[in-house]
Parts: sequence; C-alpha cells; structure tokens
Amino acid sequence: MKSKKLSIPYILWMLVFTMIPIVMIGLTAFRDKSGAFSPEPMMKAFGTEYRGVLLHSLWIALLSTAICLLLAYPVAYLLTRMKPSTQNTVQLIIMIPMWMNFLLRIYAWKILLQKDGALDMALSLLGIHGTYIGNTAAVVVGMVYEYLPFMVLPIFTVMSKIDGNLIEAAQDLGSNDFAVFRKVIFPLSIPGVISGITMVFVPSASTFLVAEHLGGIDDKMIGDVIDQIFLTDQNVGSALSMILMILILVFLIIMNLFGDEEAIA
Amino acid sequence: MRKNKLGVVSKIYLALIFLFLYIPIGVMIFMSFNSGRNVTVWKGFSLKWYDALFKSKELMSALGNTLLIAVLASLLATVLGTAAAIGIQNFKNKPRAVIQNISNLPIISPDIVMGVSLMLLFSFLGVLFHFQMGFVTVLLSHICFCVPFVVLNVTPRLRRMDRNIYDAALDLGCNQWQAFYKVVLHELSPGIFSGMLISFTYSMDDVVITHFTRGVKFHNLSTRIFEMLRKEVRPTVNALSALLFVTILLILVLINVYERRAEKRAAKR
Amino acid sequence: MKKIISLLLTAALAGTAAVSLSGCGASESKADAGEVNVYTWGEYMALGQDEGIANVVEQFEKETNIKVNLTTYDTNEELYSKLTQSNDSYDIVVPSDYMIGKMIKEGQLKEINYKNIPNYQYIDERFKKLPCDPEGKYTVCYTWGVTAIVYDKNKVKNKPTDWDALWDKNLKGQILMFNNSRDAMGIAMQQCGIDPSNCNKADIDKAVVKLREQKPLLKKYVMDQVFNEMEGGQAAIASYYAGDIAMMMEENEDLDYCLPVNGSNLFYDAMCIPKSSQNTENAEKFINFMQKPEIAAENCKYLRYGTPNTKATDYLDDDIKNSELTFPPKEYVDKCYVFKNLSDDVYAYMQEQFVKVQAE
Repeated sequence: MKSKKLSIPYILWMLVFTMIPIVMIGLTAFRDKSGAFSPEPMMKAFGTEYRGVLLHSLWIALLSTAICLLLAYPVAYLLTRMKPSTQNTVQLIIMIPMWMNFLLRIYAWKILLQKDGALDMALSLLGIHGTYIGNTAAVVVGMVYEYLPFMVLPIFTVMSKIDGNLIEAAQDLGSNDFAVFRKVIFPLSIPGVISGITMVFVPSASTFLVAEHLGGIDDKMIGDVIDQIFLTDQNVGSALSMILMILILVFLIIMNLFGDEEAIA
Repeated sequence: MRKNKLGVVSKIYLALIFLFLYIPIGVMIFMSFNSGRNVTVWKGFSLKWYDALFKSKELMSALGNTLLIAVLASLLATVLGTAAAIGIQNFKNKPRAVIQNISNLPIISPDIVMGVSLMLLFSFLGVLFHFQMGFVTVLLSHICFCVPFVVLNVTPRLRRMDRNIYDAALDLGCNQWQAFYKVVLHELSPGIFSGMLISFTYSMDDVVITHFTRGVKFHNLSTRIFEMLRKEVRPTVNALSALLFVTILLILVLINVYERRAEKRAAKR
Repeated sequence: MKKIISLLLTAALAGTAAVSLSGCGASESKADAGEVNVYTWGEYMALGQDEGIANVVEQFEKETNIKVNLTTYDTNEELYSKLTQSNDSYDIVVPSDYMIGKMIKEGQLKEINYKNIPNYQYIDERFKKLPCDPEGKYTVCYTWGVTAIVYDKNKVKNKPTDWDALWDKNLKGQILMFNNSRDAMGIAMQQCGIDPSNCNKADIDKAVVKLREQKPLLKKYVMDQVFNEMEGGQAAIASYYAGDIAMMMEENEDLDYCLPVNGSNLFYDAMCIPKSSQNTENAEKFINFMQKPEIAAENCKYLRYGTPNTKATDYLDDDIKNSELTFPPKEYVDKCYVFKNLSDDVYAYMQEQFVKVQAE
C-alpha cells in the first residue's frame, strides 16, 4: 500500500506508448517533407484559415460540456438517493446506449432529425415545420448524446463516497436540504465534476464524424480537418494536432484553478 | 445519506433523460424492419436484414473481436491502472503531478493523433521486430486509452480513503495482501468498477484508433460499420444494433430477476 | 454493480469463445492455400450485399482455398498514406489513374506477370495501356467511368446541362459537392476554363475562388454519404461518379442524371500489386479470377461502373449494357479529361487549399 513499486509497470508503459508517440508527433510538426528541421508546418497551422475552425470546435465542445453537466449533475445526485439495487439498474440504463457503436448513435440521430425524419413528422402533425439537422445545434445534441454518461458516472462515483455523517451533522445543525446540498454535497463533488468535464470536453473538442453527419456546411470541426490533412501532409497535420492539444491543456489548467482539487494538473 | 423516495419532479426528470437516451435507438430499431435499402425511407416491413446479418461471416466475427478486445482491454487496463493509481499516490507531490499529467495525455490527445502516432510507433517497431499490426496492436492501443480512465476514477476514491483502516487491518493480524484485498480494494471498488465500465465502453466504442492500428486482417464491429457507413448504410447495421441492444437488455433483466430472488431467499432465512 | 458487471463480462467472454472456436474449425477444415490481402475502395466488389447479388469473393475462396482479407479505403490519398507510412503488406490495391502514375514513378508497384493472368486477353485494348501506365506493365484495369450530375426532378425545375448547375443560387442549401480535392478542384477549374488534367498553383488559386463562391450555396461536401442524401430526398443536386448515380436512380425514381455538355473527368481504377506484397501468386490468381467474364459481369451489375472486360458484356442485361452511366458513349468520353500525376508540392498545395476552403 505504501509502495511506489505498483506504479512501475504503468510508468514504463507510459514511456513506450504515450511519451514516444507524442514525441514522434512533436518532431513531425517541426519538419518539412524532406525530414529536415523547419518551422513551416507550424506557421501554416497558425494561419488564419484554421483559426475559425479551432474556435468553432472549442465553442461546440464548451456548449456540449456545459449542457452535459447541467443534465448529468441532477441525475448523479438522484442516483445517490436511490436504493443500491435501483442505483445499479439506473446506472446500466444510462450506460446501455453507449454499448452500441459510436457511429450507430450518430446515425440514429441522423435518422431522427433529418428532413421527413421521425421528429419532422411528429412535429408537422402539430403544425410545426422546420429543419432540425445541418446546424450547430444538431452537432451539440449529438455530442451531448455521445458523452452524457461520461459526465454522470464520475460525478456519481465521487458523490456516493461522501460521508453520510457529514450530511447528518449538517442536518442536525439545522440545515435544510438545499443548504446541505450547497454546503456539503456540491463542494465535495467537485473532483467528480472536473473528471466529468475532462471526459466530455476533450473528446467533443477533437472528435470527427459527428459534425460531418449532423452539422451543416459551416460546422467543420478541427478533428475532421486534421483527419483530412493528415492524408497528404503529416507535418501540418501534426502541427495542428499539437496546437489543439495545447489549447485543450490550457483550458484544463484554467478549469483546475477553479477547483481546489488537482484532478488533472 | 438518507435514501428518500424520489419526488414526482425527480421522476419526471429521469424519465425525460431516459427518453432522450432511448428514442434514437427506438427509431433505429424500427428502421431495421424496413424492406428498402435506404435507412432513411420507410418502404414496408421486412425481416430480410436480419437474415442478411446472420449470413454475414464478416459481421459475426467482427462482433466476436469487438467483445474479445473490449473484455481483455478493460480487464488488463483495470489491473494496470489500479496498481498505478495506488503506487502514484505514494510519490511526493511534484513527481506525482508529473506522472498524473503524463497519464492523462491519452485523454487529452485527440483520437486521431493517438491513432496516427501509435501507427507510426507500431510500424517502426514492426520493422525492427518483424511483426505486422493486428489483434495485438489493437489490444495494446485500447489498453493505452483505457488505463488513464481507470486511474482517473480510482484516484479520487483513494484520496478520500482513510489510510488508518489499512494499518488497522495489519494490526488486527491481516498480512499485507489480505489487508490490501479486504480493505483497499473494497474501499476502491466503486472507482475501480466505474473505471472498468468506462474502459469497456470506450473500447466497444472506439473507431479511429482501431482504424489506424488494426493492420490488414483485423476487423471489429467499429471498423466494419465505419466501412459500411462510407458507402451507404444498409439496415443490416440497424438489425445488428437491435440485436445487440436486445441481448444486453435481456442479460440485465435476467440478472435483476436473479438478484431479487436471491434477496427474497435471504430474507426468508 | 460488481455482480452485474462480472456476469456481463462472463457472458461476453463465453460468446467470444464460441465465435472464435467456430472460426478455428472452419479454417482447419479446408486445405489452406494461403491468403491474399486486398485493399480496395469501399463496397467495390459484389459481396452478396442484397438479393440477386453474387458474392465473388466467397466464390474465389471456395474455388482456390485462398483466404481473402478485404480492407477498404475512401480516397486514393488514404491508400497512399497507408501504403507508404505503415509496414502493413497488401497484395492487391486498386488506385485510380493519377495515383497509379505516382506509385509507378516512386517504384512502389511490382511489374505484373501477365502470363499468370490468362483472362487479361479479354481486356479491351484501350485499357491495356492506360495513360498512367503507358507501357502496360503494372496494371489490370478493373473499372472505368466518368463523373456526372445527379438531381432530384421534383426539386430542380430546369434540367441541368453543365456543372454550372452546382452554382445555382435557387438551390441554395440543397447542393452537394465532392469532398475530395482532386474532383472538386477539377470541376471548379473546368468552370474557369482551365484544363484540370494537369495544373499549377496559379490554376489552383483560381479554382479556390470559384469554390469559395460556391460554398455558401452548398449543403455539404460529401463522398459516399451522397447515396443516403440523394436516395432519401435530403438534397436536390450532387456531383458524383456515374456508376453510383445509376445505383441511386434505382432506389429513388425521382432522380435523374446529366452528363455535363463540356465533358467531365474520365477515370480508370486498376488492380496493381505493391512491391511489399508477400503473396504475389495468390494476388495474380485473384486478379485473374476477377477478370473471368462472368465474375466481371457480376461486379459490373453490382457496381454499375464500366468494366473493361469485353466478354463480360455477354452476361449483362441490355439496360446495363446500354446505360450511358455505366458505359459512357465514345463521343462523350472524347470530351473528357484524365487526371495526371501532379508534383508532390502542387498536390499538397491543392489538398491544403481545399481543406482551407472548407475550414473558413
């Protein structure tokens, strides 16, 4: 228990499968086609053309993360107030959709949202007509759907560990339910919230295919761009990836300044 | 914590969330009975896509591969990650922060970057040691992106755990392993299991990293579906998801019934 | 939770064991004659996808006992990057004209021993010495075709005649364009009066202006998603490969096509054997099998791309044989252009500019 040895296999593992590949990408970002050192790929990646895509991706990720948090936090809280057997069932109900493939879930939304699709038909019965696919909102809905469980689970894990005595003590001292929540449960659940934000923000900022299937012509995301550019220009692709990673890192560090626990940094 | 009965508002809220989660799946399953080739236009009822699914050797073996990889990757990642989380906790603050940051790199690096970088690594190693990418490289890659999630889920639990319990267990005559098993693992189990669950889910779900590291012969469901979606989705895919969904649901119901009975039997005694 | 998970895992493991065991049984029962790793376009062979479609790969496996590992790609560039950047070895690839030229130039293809491919005799002479393989040493042509316009008769009132229909302001938000730099830039260059077969950076800049002009009118840049979009009536007009348009028209009666009056891109896809191939003999057998007239006909029936196999037409129905989309008439082909291999520099520039147009 007190030994550091338990982490040695993983440290070696990280060296080979995390550090070396990242160094490889880093080196590629500063080389030209012939393999010589060159700042050119980085200069290209910093060009104005990519700035819009980067910002749009971060914006979509931010929105998706915020909505996930708003939806998931009450679910996690309600989970802690259930009997253990109900907890298990509800947790699984939340997880099951995730066991169907990522691509299938996007397609499910596409079928639902498209022109003459299920939603269109249902709403037109009520006399409402509109376009539900091919815009930023559809992309955000898709993202929330993809990643909601990854927000619920870490928050619930941390919340369920909160010492019941603390809550009882607060109640004995005259706190009502809301005060208990605000003074005890919420502050203690912050590490879970930070884990959840990480697990949702990062993939939604970098993923591809979601925007391609649900978004419109202007909803290009950085993941799609990197995917495309990697095929012909690994160097610029690597440079863009590095920039994306650094932006995400900065976001996470800023977020950690708000939480006192060091879940990430 | 008090286990109150949930209020009406809470129940409605949960019901709405469940609707959000299941309506798309419902629509998708509905379209699996479509006789047309296009998943977006309803042309009448038919079971032919189920027939096509069972006849498809590719999809069946892909399903097997997906499950095998997901099970192995999540189990191995859980062992590696739990051990790592405990070990890391014993480092001083600074080295611990460094290790944790490195551990989180796979989470914060885009899938596509991980996929390509691992492909570069495996190709490089493959030339050195004469192997080609396939099952093993996919498994290694999946473990790569799973372990950080285990670490991330176990660490908060670990931090909240009272270390004195472990020492108490030792004082009470447990040996180190017993104390570890009975106290530490027990205390960490919710974190470990949500880590494993997340690993399993991510592994079932991954498309990009598998795509880059699978080499020539290996296929799982994701890569098959990825290839199918490129041309045009046929309702075979819907049929497959419907079957997956029903299977998972059945297992869940059976377990619930089994547990209820076990509880009742225990109560009678 | 613990119990449920472990039970789920056990169930999953049991299922897997069953699947893998049955897999083993099957492979042991037949005399193993090795394997062949085929890397081709998505859905580019008849694999029993629907009723009435043969499974040519299964037939090949039965006849030869050679196991086929089929993997697919979406663009020539993806094929190229996989082939050059990983150490996977493929035995057969099916690149298009300009990519074949590039691979030959870089020495990535093996010369084919045509003696081992007797069915090569059925290949039409004009496909034996392709512009990208002028000496006819590296390729066995698999398909050919042109790009064309597909449109929904209910949504497009005036019958389109040329690519300018893709710039029609009345169809704003309903137009689909190629999501692949070479094809998209090719169309834009035609609109600027530039010959797209071989271009320089200045030509690309002009095409980019044209594409920028088009972007606000587009619904999306797509590749094979075009099938679901057009068949499902989600968009009005699109540019795509003629063979695929024939397939779409079968699924949705409201669709019609147009071969642009000023011509379009003529392409050839050919089977080639990469230098890294480790099963060359099997690769030759596979190529030979695919050029059996009845097999080539099955593929043509499914794909609707033209087959260069002269004997295959004997096995085709009249409506396919006479289809302009599958076999574009000679007068039309004469108006078309074939992409030539660009220098790496120009090609990377083109790709980068195309991504930028989309990114803005």
